[in-house]
Amino acid sequence: MKLGFLVDLNLCMGCKGCEIACKVENEVPLSSWRLRVKYIDIGTFPDTSRSFTPLRCNHCENAPCERICPVSALHYLDNGIVNVDSSRCIGCAGCMMACPYGAIYMDPESNTADKCTYCAHRIETGLMPACVVACPVEANIFGDVEDETSQISRYIMAHQGNIQVRKPEKHTDPKHYYVGGGNNTLNPLAHERIEGYGLFNNITHLDTIGDPHHSILDRFLTPIFGGHHDNEGNLGFADMPNESEHGKHDAHEEGGH
Amino acid sequence: MDHVSTIEATKAVVTLDVPLPGIIWGWMITLNMWAKSIGTGVILVGAYLMHKHKKEDMPNLRWLMPLISFIALNVFLFFTLIDLHQPLRMVNIFLHPHWTSAITVGAWMASLFTGLIMVMTVIGFFDEFAGFRKNCSIAKTVRSKSGLYEKVFPFVVFLAFPVTMYTAIIMAQSAARELWVPGAEVIQMMLAALMVGSASLILIANDWSKEARKDLAMILAFSVMFSFLMYMGEYFFSYKAAEVEATLEYVHAGGSYFGQFWAAMVLGYIIPFFISMASMKNENRTMMKFAAVTTLVGLYLAKSTWLEIPQMIPLS
Repeated sequence: MKLGFLVDLNLCMGCKGCEIACKVENEVPLSSWRLRVKYIDIGTFPDTSRSFTPLRCNHCENAPCERICPVSALHYLDNGIVNVDSSRCIGCAGCMMACPYGAIYMDPESNTADKCTYCAHRIETGLMPACVVACPVEANIFGDVEDETSQISRYIMAHQGNIQVRKPEKHTDPKHYYVGGGNNTLNPLAHERIEGYGLFNNITHLDTIGDPHHSILDRFLTPIFGGHHDNEGNLGFADMPNESEHGKHDAHEEGGH
Repeated sequence: MDHVSTIEATKAVVTLDVPLPGIIWGWMITLNMWAKSIGTGVILVGAYLMHKHKKEDMPNLRWLMPLISFIALNVFLFFTLIDLHQPLRMVNIFLHPHWTSAITVGAWMASLFTGLIMVMTVIGFFDEFAGFRKNCSIAKTVRSKSGLYEKVFPFVVFLAFPVTMYTAIIMAQSAARELWVPGAEVIQMMLAALMVGSASLILIANDWSKEARKDLAMILAFSVMFSFLMYMGEYFFSYKAAEVEATLEYVHAGGSYFGQFWAAMVLGYIIPFFISMASMKNENRTMMKFAAVTTLVGLYLAKSTWLEIPQMIPLS
């Protein structure tokens, strides 16, 4: 069995439902993403179009992140998923340097590397990944690419000649496919990216959520004396400190983050 | 809003996305690589000098060489440790090693190397200061094992090569960063070790023979020259990969690392090359020490630049 993912970009309408479902399902902290939908505007006025590209871990068969991980925190499951064992991760960020798709992030709460696992915990119980369930147009197709009768295999066969993977020249053998993609949507160097003018370019978050640039001393002391409470990463609006308390927590500007 | 007007009308534009992660491996990893180059470089250069010259030509080399290496290696290991987001789990590298990772192999080799250097440092120190703690049983034991220094040294020299170069393999395994080509990085790591190894020894070579000092100047001159040529080759002629070209824009004119890169080249390579070439003909110890310091500063800046610029481009 080799689980794979396919996104039909002709169907995706950029609703970000998958992104939110992933955040909720996996309790992904603020300022971090396992799955994101990127908007790219193409063409010149009035002949313009906007493309939406969901981006997540490619679960490569020849995964550079798995190879560079010094402690096997990143490892293959039998079904082909590249999984993360956060209890073993030492936080060296080698995987972040190795992943050609920028799909791995350092969790600011656990201080360990994390990424999309195709919702391995849901797969185990026979459920589909959260993003697949949430997609209103069934643009996300998930299944066993080694099974010729699976939906994903049939979809791939039906769209022969229009199937793409990201950065095939890296020889990572990704198990994440796109239909209807092109250079502009899949090549990050093909389009202009101007910092400061898109949404989410300058993130602010509270001290209570966990600061990725926290002090070096904290890294030693937190595991011994305890750090943030588990629920702090999921504060609802009702739980948020009021204005005066908020002032006590200096919000951090993460320029370029 | 100036730069908005620079968007080409025909170019696709990202209008909504998450922020770029920015620098992941920053100054601590730069310091790590820089300190490791000193730690192994003094051993490699020291071994060459010991092979070529008499001990009397370099009276303090036997104890200062391992001492400098030991200090540098501890700086390297310290910053390796504190750069981890989970430093207390460093032990997992030894308990759950994953041998395909150059980080694992490097950590094991560097630990062994540092252990052997510590042995040499202790022996070298007690031999040099024969009157220090003369009646102490530990000092007596160490002095009685003095011959171990010469027995361990060949293994240390042998191990210094892979310890120098393994970082290049980590960079090669960083598949996302096209700029780091394994062949070039391996050679650059070796040259960096020879550069700062000779520079560090120049600072302690006041009482050495003229010939030994000339050799240090020669090693410095040739290592900076070859390293500079490699940087220039990559700077001017890397047309083959789009990612490399995009990365090098940060050091080309107008790039945010342009100033830092050329400061590194001038301080770490151009100045030491001319001073050491001149000093090989007419020795000037003060100028050689100045060249040694600029080499150390320049290499740090060069390593910092080369480490950070590939992390600036968007990967997805």
